[in-house]
Amino acid sequence: MSAAASAGAKDPGAALPGARLDWIPLALVPVLALAALPLVGSPPTWVTLTVAGLAMGMMIFMMASGLTLVFGLMDVLNFAHGIFISVGAYGAASVLTRMAGRLEQPSLASDLSAMVPAVLAAIALAGLLGWFFERVLIRPVYGDHLKQILITMGGLIVFEQLIHVVWGPDIIPLPRPGAITGAFIVGEAAIERYRVLAVIVGLALFAAMWLLLNRTRIGLLVRAGVENPEMVESLGYRIKRLFVGVFVAGSGLAGLGGAMWAMYQEQVTAQMGMQVLVVIFIVVIIGGLGSVGGCFVGAMLVGLLANYTGYLAPKLSLGSNILLMVLVLLWRPRGLYPIGKA
Amino acid sequence: MPEPMLSLAGVNTHIAQYHILQGVDFEVPRGALTMLLGRNGAGKTTCLRTIMGLWRASAGSIRMDGREISRAATPDVAQLGVAYVPENMGIFAGLTVSENLRLAARSGEPDAGRLEWIFGLFPAMKTFWNALAGNLSGGQKQMLAIARAIVEPRRLLLVDEPTKGLAPSIIANMVEAFRELKRTDTTVLVVEQNFNFAKALGDTVAVMDSGRIVHTGRMDALAADSALQTKLLGLSLEAHQ
Repeated sequence: MSAAASAGAKDPGAALPGARLDWIPLALVPVLALAALPLVGSPPTWVTLTVAGLAMGMMIFMMASGLTLVFGLMDVLNFAHGIFISVGAYGAASVLTRMAGRLEQPSLASDLSAMVPAVLAAIALAGLLGWFFERVLIRPVYGDHLKQILITMGGLIVFEQLIHVVWGPDIIPLPRPGAITGAFIVGEAAIERYRVLAVIVGLALFAAMWLLLNRTRIGLLVRAGVENPEMVESLGYRIKRLFVGVFVAGSGLAGLGGAMWAMYQEQVTAQMGMQVLVVIFIVVIIGGLGSVGGCFVGAMLVGLLANYTGYLAPKLSLGSNILLMVLVLLWRPRGLYPIGKA
Repeated sequence: MPEPMLSLAGVNTHIAQYHILQGVDFEVPRGALTMLLGRNGAGKTTCLRTIMGLWRASAGSIRMDGREISRAATPDVAQLGVAYVPENMGIFAGLTVSENLRLAARSGEPDAGRLEWIFGLFPAMKTFWNALAGNLSGGQKQMLAIARAIVEPRRLLLVDEPTKGLAPSIIANMVEAFRELKRTDTTVLVVEQNFNFAKALGDTVAVMDSGRIVHTGRMDALAADSALQTKLLGLSLEAHQ
């Protein structure tokens, strides 16, 4: 009897449990944080490192979430994703430098009146560039991974140079708005305000994506399309339109992440997207290709581990992400939350 | 004679360098259940995929209700009222059973009366309504795949090997479900290897061999002719039993 036959012989009326959250990967985040506490020793330092790690993870999640959806839904290896990060950062920088006057006033409302348009500009500019990439560069190479790698790497290089043409070759300093500069002092721990903001924005983004994917028809289509785009088309839906929408949204999210990352680093360079691209790919692979939840958990783990190892063993810091990826893939070869591709 | 629901004339399909369908001609009568039989590799699955627009016909005509669809994109074919159940069932493993059905109901939420009718066909489905589709057994997955195809009234149902790998008790359930579908006058084209299943349900039959139709006619006539079965399929009904 074949495996399928034996499966078919199972009592068809047997009740099955409902869909449950696989909590083990999620539990790794607090487990890692708690495991680091005795190694770090000082609780205030541990709090500072943990918040820094979570903030870094949230910013990586913002940059990586679009890539994982594009990977999962469209089966596209987009090495140009970094350019959407850079362009988003430059878009935000352009708006912020024009509104520098508002940033000098010690008022949260004044800061927000500059930051919100800056972030929206970053999302719009990166989304527009994403639309151009999908239409012009990626559409002709659907289904051919080698060509995708070549053309998206080429696009990344060309657009990095175009950034130099438009914004100049120099690093652009980006003063952080006053309301989010400095730190909260909690006990003996110093927690940077900007990091708290990054955590809040990251959590809000994750919640919004979770609601979109799990509570709307568009989300249902995206989740189904990630698994089996051909079957989605057979149900009468135009998956190519969904592809464009997801690609533009993914690029816009990268732009948002780029703007947040630039304000964190307080400077903008054309190479900043390329520099974080390796970490983003590691997060996408750790999480499971196409899985937003996996991407979120993977980003948290990468952010926390980078900060703990940076403090405890700086020489190991650079390799910690690779080590984490190796361990996760040995445990779950298709990532923390694998998507069942057809 | 009423116009057939589906007609194929001289349909050719190439996949890469392979010439799979080599001039397929047959008709699916309106309101009837047509069996498409043939040995492995005869081109049956390619035929269904070509009708569905998943592979493009390189030549020939496919008409649905008189309308040419050989150049139509898959979503356009589906929107004409064609539902497709592929050989691998094509269920979305990461979605729950109810989400799979919600997605297939293009008008929004599945109609409550229609759902009750489906639960009547497959009573077991109520018990795994909220389960992840990926956790279902082979038989449960096939029930879901058929249910998804009929969650809204369809004009034409294309089903690829619905009994593949299923236990006899579940095949019996499938036979009853298809009989009920026949009572609703749904037009169905089923690719099948299980001759007993085909005999129990088929009104008309088309037999494929090497990318061509080599026989069309009534299913009961083929079921009654052992010599013809052996000639066309290499095995008679007696050998199946």
